[in-house]
Amino acid sequence: MKVEERNLDTSPHVSDEVRQTTCYMCACRCGINVHLRTGEDGQPKVRYIEGNRDHPINKGVLCAKGSAGIMQHYSPARLMKPMLRTGERGKGEFKEIEWDEALSIASEWLGEVRKRDPRKLAFFTGRDQSQSFTGWWAQAFGTPNFAAHGGFCSVNMAAGGIYTFGGAFWEFGQPDWDKTELFMIFGVAEDHDSNPIKLGLSKLKSRGVKVIGVNPVRTGYNAIADEWVGITPGTDGLFVLSLVHELLKAGSIDLDYLIRYTNAPWLVIDDPKADDHGLFARDRKGDPLVIDRKSGKAVSSNKKGVKPHLKGEVKLGKGRTARPVFELLAQKYLSEEYAPETITAQTGVPAGQIQRIARELAEAAFEREVIVEQPWVDMKGEKHDRMIGRPVTFHAMRGISAHSNGFQTCRSIHLLQILLGSIDCPGGYRFKPPYPRPVTGQPNPHGGSRTNEPLAGPHLGFLRGPESLLLEDDELTPQRIDKAFSWDAPMSSHGLMHMVISNAHAKDPYGIDVMFMYMANMSWNSSMNSKGVMQMLEDKDENGEYIIPKIIYSDAYNSEMVAYADLVLPDTTYLERHDCISLLDRPISEPNMLADSIRWPVVDSATQAEGRDVRGFQSVLLDLGSRIGLPGMSNEDGSPKFKDYADYMVNHIRKPGVGPLAGWRGKNGDKAGRGESNPDQIKRYIENGGFFEAKVPDEALYFKHANMAWQNWAIDMGLQDAPYENTFQLYLEPLRKFQLSAEGKAEPQPPETHRDRIKKCFDPLPSWYAPFEGSLISDDEYPHHALTQRPAAMYHSWGSQNAWLRQIHGTNPMYVPGQICDSEGLQDGDWAIVKSHHGEITVPIKRMEAVNPNTMWTWNAIGKRSGAWNLDPDAPEAKKGFLLNHLIHELLPPKGDGMRWSNSDPITGQAAWFDLRVNIKKAPNQDGPSTPQFPEQKKSRKSPINVEYGKEWTK
Amino acid sequence: MTSLPQSTNKKLGLVIDLDTCVGCHACVVNCKEWNTSGYGAPLSDLDAYGAEPSGSWLNRIHTFEITPDDAPASIVHFPKSCLHCDDAPCVTVCPTGASYKRSEDGIVLVEEDRCIGCGLCAWSCPYGAREMDPVENVMKKCTLCVDRIYNENLPEVDRVPACVRTCPAEARHFGDLGDPDSDVSKLVAERGGYDLMPEQGTSPVNKYLPPRPKTHGTADIVFTPKEPPLNAKGFLGWLDAALERL
Repeated sequence: MKVEERNLDTSPHVSDEVRQTTCYMCACRCGINVHLRTGEDGQPKVRYIEGNRDHPINKGVLCAKGSAGIMQHYSPARLMKPMLRTGERGKGEFKEIEWDEALSIASEWLGEVRKRDPRKLAFFTGRDQSQSFTGWWAQAFGTPNFAAHGGFCSVNMAAGGIYTFGGAFWEFGQPDWDKTELFMIFGVAEDHDSNPIKLGLSKLKSRGVKVIGVNPVRTGYNAIADEWVGITPGTDGLFVLSLVHELLKAGSIDLDYLIRYTNAPWLVIDDPKADDHGLFARDRKGDPLVIDRKSGKAVSSNKKGVKPHLKGEVKLGKGRTARPVFELLAQKYLSEEYAPETITAQTGVPAGQIQRIARELAEAAFEREVIVEQPWVDMKGEKHDRMIGRPVTFHAMRGISAHSNGFQTCRSIHLLQILLGSIDCPGGYRFKPPYPRPVTGQPNPHGGSRTNEPLAGPHLGFLRGPESLLLEDDELTPQRIDKAFSWDAPMSSHGLMHMVISNAHAKDPYGIDVMFMYMANMSWNSSMNSKGVMQMLEDKDENGEYIIPKIIYSDAYNSEMVAYADLVLPDTTYLERHDCISLLDRPISEPNMLADSIRWPVVDSATQAEGRDVRGFQSVLLDLGSRIGLPGMSNEDGSPKFKDYADYMVNHIRKPGVGPLAGWRGKNGDKAGRGESNPDQIKRYIENGGFFEAKVPDEALYFKHANMAWQNWAIDMGLQDAPYENTFQLYLEPLRKFQLSAEGKAEPQPPETHRDRIKKCFDPLPSWYAPFEGSLISDDEYPHHALTQRPAAMYHSWGSQNAWLRQIHGTNPMYVPGQICDSEGLQDGDWAIVKSHHGEITVPIKRMEAVNPNTMWTWNAIGKRSGAWNLDPDAPEAKKGFLLNHLIHELLPPKGDGMRWSNSDPITGQAAWFDLRVNIKKAPNQDGPSTPQFPEQKKSRKSPINVEYGKEWTK
Repeated sequence: MTSLPQSTNKKLGLVIDLDTCVGCHACVVNCKEWNTSGYGAPLSDLDAYGAEPSGSWLNRIHTFEITPDDAPASIVHFPKSCLHCDDAPCVTVCPTGASYKRSEDGIVLVEEDRCIGCGLCAWSCPYGAREMDPVENVMKKCTLCVDRIYNENLPEVDRVPACVRTCPAEARHFGDLGDPDSDVSKLVAERGGYDLMPEQGTSPVNKYLPPRPKTHGTADIVFTPKEPPLNAKGFLGWLDAALERL
């Protein structure tokens, strides 16, 4: 058949208008172009979402999640009105109420707590991006109990990096994708830093740069890596320190870099009986001492022109001596303990592979130097003609941090980077503004609380030693409900959100009255021991009252956590709200470019569904703050100081001239960084595509930790008020201070129960110790490791309500290594029982070979509670999907000492999800469903059966 | 039966780099969101929030595990959509003329008004690249975003298929594979791009670039480091000498 005329329009109408905002389908914060077109009801409707080509983060590309934004925005699981619980907790039975009533209930509950005992409010936020705002609110409230989700996310990564060199990975810095010659990626899940890493890998591939993936699972980024190191979970630190061993042995380290930028030459006191043994030897001014290579004497490290030695002993008088950090470091890592042959069995990495990778690192760093012809001046005033770089880069994330040895492993990776001289140099790791921000530029944590008064300073910070712990007068009892900054987790810079419900339920250290949470699915995938947490939220005391008496929760969707709230404050979707992605918070800068951005309502929530009456959480928080009289939130006449969050974004002043947004400040919008508030600021952001960027000056592009031009520019831009001293801390003195306390040589002192583990784990030089859970269970009983990771096309629990994404990831089999399948008689599609010391789950399995032979894994947060997210109770997510969380306890296996030891890193309190050890057996029942199952959660509204999105615009 | 053009002026198609594709599904979903409101009927989703959700998609990713004897197992992600074959059996099998190949650019399309939903084309496609829409009952397939690539309502830079514009790993390339001097043809020549299942005789226009060879864990060192091994005085002896050189 021949058809001459075809009915085809190749230039159809696309959209009526394009509005540019910031994505929120995950945490990457990409720029998006939202195409709007009039829908059947005459209201603007989202036609198409694409990446914004000008945006610093994603440069036009957009991932699967971002592209599925339409289905999230129109999800049938959206909440429509405030709700008050009518049934028992957990059932999902509510009545809808008006905002006036909801706000007066909330302000009554909150106001009462503030008057009586502000500690009785636990205010914790999940995956939100407004922590500088929510923290400010909590500080004004006066409760010490505030944090965001960092404690169960990646605080080890952030704290390990900040304490070591004033940066970390992801928001803090990234590889110099254009110039690096070798890239190693450790423990990074498929979804992490989604678009930037993929763009970066693509650049490396096009230049033929080698990528080495270190991960027990060979999927995602690791699937395209040129070499795979299928490491045993929790042993990355050993592997990295073995690379250090090899590099030291070969002399492949950058001594000049170490002398200039690190504390390698600083002298460490060697006087075993003294109470300062292991601290830095300092002069009267407090400056650390070094050995002058000429005179052999101890002099100030700040003495002009001094050429310090990296080895040797000096006498300090009174029979005391000291040695440089570097000598201690070399002795430690040159020991056979770290030889490749020694660690092969534990890590599962062949010795020859470790040796070869060490040489490849050295070859790239030292034989393929990258030079940028750009003069610069360092902070000592020395001029450099050019910028010389060591082009090896690393990136790491949760696979490193979510272990009880994660802090030390993060530090080990940074040690490796620094020995190679590859921090903030051409071809190396690069800081992103406002980083570097070392501990010297960070606040201490603040606690204490008095009725009706704000906290003295920000909750979270970086403490310098045991003297800054947040303890009661007995120097033992934690001030905070999550026990952050206590002996349990002294350097817990992001708090321990994963312990809040468990501790509040145990009234350890005390009970609370109101738990107020935002965007945190604590009764499901955002808790360890989800089943236990659900029970804790349901438990009542002898009077029939809930042990956690009042729960206020804000979410945009009918998540599992909604069912446990007493009062639900419905949030908007990301296309209906104001937000600022602020430099005061989690910034989106690129190494060359300081940047921040906004979200703004590209559609009005009231037009997006019948009867929709929702409010952005941050605006609601400001309203509540004004109602209960929090300082800074009301005018003198009692009226609210800020109309809404947009008003706050423009008019809040954090310090003179500095507010949440850096762009278009000043009355005329002609100032950047510092300047008065500009009433047109949001308009200017919108005109610029939703973001602001300012180019870092050429002479400040590298060596920012020591670069005068960078420091000056950072001060001009309001990122800091003075230059920051940033000597990379290979030897971390605060850790040694904790050891001294544990040794009984300094005050305050930890309880007896904690002394041994502080002595062992708080090594001031990066070290490795076996993950805790594995040390407390029997290897014979639980011989395998079990992990989760998020897929590239799904984010947390949010994705399952998404009609498109759930077709890609509607179930999550347990991927089991072939070797284990063979020994247990398991085949693809079988149901198996996986058991840990804490619980058991029944799951469908899938055989896999491209995985560490002793590690099974699954996708995170695909499993759903039946009925949650307004899905069919028989949805595959509920009947075949499952959570690994049920196997992971928030506490370590009991040691018989009666203590409730958190399953966390002993230094930072980071939740140790990945320490999990399991066994697996074929299930007697091969028909499913997955277990545990829970009673059905009531839907908040009916979901449609079929979706034909866009039908109104197609012929 | 429907005729194929004798030849086409251009051979527009995709080049997909299997060395770079991380299997993230960005192309899959962006394709769906562009096309559900675009060419022809929407790409429907059946039982969208129910127990057995399914829908029509124009592009899907298949994931394969490779288990060679002499190397560790690895994963390859394989995005697959219509390959816009020169000898497209899905066209010649069509009883109504709905399925056709454009002579100007070689794009294979379904004119939905003529489609009776008989499914013969899907049966004839050796790649399984066509899907019957479960609600609309018309045959859906990749249009190479024919409503984007010439669309004067879009900025010129955006006149590429949605999957290409969105791919975060830049693993997808679009161009004229009939022109040996085009970027895509050069890429294919350089990287050994290949036809999928050439034995089927369909002469696909789309090409795949194979994964580059990987280093095995036990591979040998291919260079010697510059620094000599430690001398008799050990590490600290080396350090003295090295510091002297600074």
